[in-house]
Amino acid sequence: MFSGFPLFPTQASTVAPRVDALYFFLVALSTFFSLLIAATLVVFVVRYRRQRAGELPRPIHGSLALELTWSVIPLIIALGTFVWSADVFVSSRRVPPGAMPVNVVGKRWMWKTQHMTGQREINELHVPIGVPVKLTMTSEDVIHSFFIPAFRTKQDAIPGRYTTVWFQATQTGTFHLFCAEYCGTKHSQMIGWIHVMEPAAFQTWLAGGATGSPAQEGEKLFQSLACITCHRADSQGRGPRLEGLFGKTVHLASGETIVADADYVRESILNPTAKVVEGYQPIMPTFQGLVSEEGVMQLIAYIQSLQTPGAEAAAPPGAGGVKLQQGAPAAPGKEGAARPAPRTP
Amino acid sequence: MSTHTGGVPEPYGRPGAPPPPERPATVARERVNYLNVSYGVRSWLLTTDHKRIALLYLGAITVMFAIGGIFATLIRLELITPQGDMVQSETYNKLFTMHGVVMVFFFLIPSIPAVLGNFLIPIMVGARDLAFPRINLLSWYVYMVGAAFTMYAMITGGVDTGWTFYVPYSTHYSNTHVIATGLGIFITGFSSILTGLNFIVTIHKMRAPGLTWWRLPLFVWAHYATSLIMILGTPVIAVTVLMVALERGLHLGIFDPALGGDPVLFQHLFWFYSHPAVYIMILPAMGVVSELVQGMSRKKVFGYSFIAVSSLAIAMLGFLVWGHHMFVAGQSVYAGLVFSGISYLVAIPSAIKVFNWTATLYKGSVSLDTPMLYAVGFIGLFTIGGLTGLFLAALGLDVHVHDTYFVVAHFHYIMVGGAIMGYLGGLHYWWPKISGRLYPEMWGRVAAITIFMGFNLTFFPQFILGYLGMPRRYHYYPEEFQILHVMSSAGASILAVGYLLPLVYFTWSMRYGPRAGANPWDARGLEWEIDSPPPTENFRVQPVVTDRTYEYGSEEEARIV
Amino acid sequence: MSSLSEAAPAAGAHHPALRHHFDSLATQKESSLLGMWVFIAQEILFFGGMLTCYAVYRNVYYDAFAAGSHHLDVPLGTVNTAVLICSSLTMALGVHAAALGKRKATVLFLLLTILLGSVFLGIKVVEYADKFHHHLVPGPTYSVESLRDAKGQPLLEDSDIARHSEIFFALYFGLTGLHALHMIIGIPIIAFMAWSAWRGRFGPAYYTPVEITGLYWHFVDIVWIFLFPLLYLIPHHG
Repeated sequence: MFSGFPLFPTQASTVAPRVDALYFFLVALSTFFSLLIAATLVVFVVRYRRQRAGELPRPIHGSLALELTWSVIPLIIALGTFVWSADVFVSSRRVPPGAMPVNVVGKRWMWKTQHMTGQREINELHVPIGVPVKLTMTSEDVIHSFFIPAFRTKQDAIPGRYTTVWFQATQTGTFHLFCAEYCGTKHSQMIGWIHVMEPAAFQTWLAGGATGSPAQEGEKLFQSLACITCHRADSQGRGPRLEGLFGKTVHLASGETIVADADYVRESILNPTAKVVEGYQPIMPTFQGLVSEEGVMQLIAYIQSLQTPGAEAAAPPGAGGVKLQQGAPAAPGKEGAARPAPRTP
Repeated sequence: MSTHTGGVPEPYGRPGAPPPPERPATVARERVNYLNVSYGVRSWLLTTDHKRIALLYLGAITVMFAIGGIFATLIRLELITPQGDMVQSETYNKLFTMHGVVMVFFFLIPSIPAVLGNFLIPIMVGARDLAFPRINLLSWYVYMVGAAFTMYAMITGGVDTGWTFYVPYSTHYSNTHVIATGLGIFITGFSSILTGLNFIVTIHKMRAPGLTWWRLPLFVWAHYATSLIMILGTPVIAVTVLMVALERGLHLGIFDPALGGDPVLFQHLFWFYSHPAVYIMILPAMGVVSELVQGMSRKKVFGYSFIAVSSLAIAMLGFLVWGHHMFVAGQSVYAGLVFSGISYLVAIPSAIKVFNWTATLYKGSVSLDTPMLYAVGFIGLFTIGGLTGLFLAALGLDVHVHDTYFVVAHFHYIMVGGAIMGYLGGLHYWWPKISGRLYPEMWGRVAAITIFMGFNLTFFPQFILGYLGMPRRYHYYPEEFQILHVMSSAGASILAVGYLLPLVYFTWSMRYGPRAGANPWDARGLEWEIDSPPPTENFRVQPVVTDRTYEYGSEEEARIV
Repeated sequence: MSSLSEAAPAAGAHHPALRHHFDSLATQKESSLLGMWVFIAQEILFFGGMLTCYAVYRNVYYDAFAAGSHHLDVPLGTVNTAVLICSSLTMALGVHAAALGKRKATVLFLLLTILLGSVFLGIKVVEYADKFHHHLVPGPTYSVESLRDAKGQPLLEDSDIARHSEIFFALYFGLTGLHALHMIIGIPIIAFMAWSAWRGRFGPAYYTPVEITGLYWHFVDIVWIFLFPLLYLIPHHG
């Protein structure tokens, strides 16, 4: 419509129309009040302009009724907008069950993504239309931010912790991916493309060029890092048995309990002595520096895939993933019990 | 405000009163005033007169504004094309960082308080000087030392972290002069603290007899609120920047993720100051506009107490909203809800002010001289800036527009459209008092309209850019955004001309401008009852205040058709 | 109003210490005291930034903080606390003497305050030297060799708790360093006050500078009263 003069971005996700509705409401509200103030100012300035020097207008002290009017009406509008925007936000943060997980690692100056079937991409991400996609992301160096304007979504990738974001594309095509948090020299070149494909085309794309899935690569790592010598499948090892662990509540030596989510597993790989499982010695060495952020994500995917037969059968391998960010309504009970490594106060 | 001495009511300056003989429109021989009382560099650099210190600040921040403006010009030039064809990315990143650092810490924060506040607050409260004149001078030297550190960092290579100094980029990855710049900001922070301290004590302890709190001009109320933020906010940024410098220089890793430190904690501490700092910039401008609106319409401010209290409300609420800068930084959803909700509350006192200023003009005697043009421009632009703040406080919407040009446009509407319009408006309004001379009115109006037009052309397209998804701090950008960037750059060139004009005619007027009388606007307020320029001691006799402020006359005295 | 003749100055004798822009010594004194209180409010926020970091990390990394704290020298810290409380006492006595116009007593108590402040700093130097010696200064040379965990076991290099203990020492040096800096600024100011008192500048009518210096010094002491348990006594709390 406005090919030469863009005014409005493509709407390509389920959240986008809701965000845009809020946007148009606020545009209308702002236009109304700006014009109201501007028109009143112009009328007063013209109507009551000084006709001759030495004029002395009648004093007007104020009006309580007017003050109340223009305090209460904006208050009601503000609170209404707040509730509306909070509703859009909370529902846009709640990951639908069964969302397709994708791992994302930010690194100066590129986005590395990996699908659960093993495809790796750099500065690109292929996703199917109509399927919720959940990104679990972290950073290898500074803070980055994963921003897809057409989806109206954005999330910082922070070193030392996992953040998640999800979207469901509603339109096929190629959309901008930007890094929105300033990250140094080539910040403006840390950009890429999101390719939204029809499910069939996506399956075809998935089938080509896959290396091992993250779980498979995680398994390789699990063996090459010799994790398997202690974490044995027969509960005779020096470390806790990992089968069926993911998503379960774990009793710690300190007496606390914690849900074994991705943040906990990550911490246990990098800082093993922080939260030792009850009945085990703090003898595991740290793997800090020995395994990359992608490697940690692959190990987590592997541990996640080690479900005991029967239990959790509904969850596809690799799905379920990390819970909502701390304190999110979808993950009640996690707050307080868990103490993942760095945490916002 | 009327004053009297020794119990004798002083009707002086009231309409209808005969002009007193010692205040003719032109004076053949200038009386002794703060400008001509002594000459020479020493008499300026060692002065403890708040008015001279205000002028020292005026000179210093004008230089800083020019430097920050040059950086802005280079940024806008670079962004005319989507490719990085004028400077390297390293240079571009330094340009926007130094533009932000200079404009925020060395221009906007000291602008109105240190120049107009310093000059006017003692006069408005009827005092001979600020409570601590030597500390006032010290604050200027501290500012200069801080500026020197930052200038050193810029001359020897600059800094590229963004003015927000987010860790771990600033502590472990940037190869630029973070420590020198940080120390510059740390030191300058103390200049701001000392200024705030001086204002608080002066307003508490040095008010003239009869000048109760509810008789204070709104400019003073606004500066009182500002000073509270300066005192309670600035030390936090000072220690935060210090911790960044310690982490970078001495490896005291407090935010280092490699040690288990939390980079988001830095953001909490940074915004605990830097959000209230926005109100350090805008509250004094609101104070200025309250004065301009009454002075230029010769009518007391509508809803005086509501404007006064709303300044304090903004200062207090301002300390509770810092988290709205971190909605997508991995802070919990609950924290996001709280910070968003409180952010919406800030809209109320801001709205109260805008409506009251507008209502003040109703049935006034509205002059269209330059200060009024700035005041009207301020109200319009601040309204847009404030309303677009609602977009950013809206959680669901902020996810999309956070860190885009929408944010850039929003805070420039507040900072440039608000704070700088207020600053320039105040400078024009009180210039006759400061310099004793009138500036050319026609050129003043031309400049005000040029700035208003140039400003809107520069920054309005950036709202659209932001909603389209253009991230801030981008050197290269996709081609579809070019047309909006070109508009913005075109506006910036108009804006640059608009800012140069006052510099030229103010300088001209200091020598060639016609002499101003004590009260060229025929306005009310203690500052208009003393000579222009004022004598060193401000008041030749102790003023005694007997009336509310902004009293232009009673119902019976009104003369208007 | 400029037509009116120059008004007579405020009633009462013009004290040499009365600055030109104040009407009376009483207003001047109130202003100075308010100014110092406002300055102290600012100082609280200044330390508050770093104490916030302390609160967050101590809550999350308790074990590492306990291990780091365990290494601090509690007896020396206790002595220093006592020394500083005594210096507050001598400072208060100095202000009292100044208020009574006792010149020699004022000088004596102020000099005692300086002496006690210097003893504090001297002990601090001994403590810092010990940290240097044991490679507990954060940075490339940092080593946890000398640290012990709650069970008395040495900490593993590269372990989680070892890395977090470095944050403890960063905050230890940050907080105590800032505190020491305040004392280093305070001592010359007290020395100047002692010199001025010796020159007879103060008396019952005017001793505001001594009084606000006292306020500052008491504030610096109180900061230490908070820092001592927060840093030294973590493992002793329960």
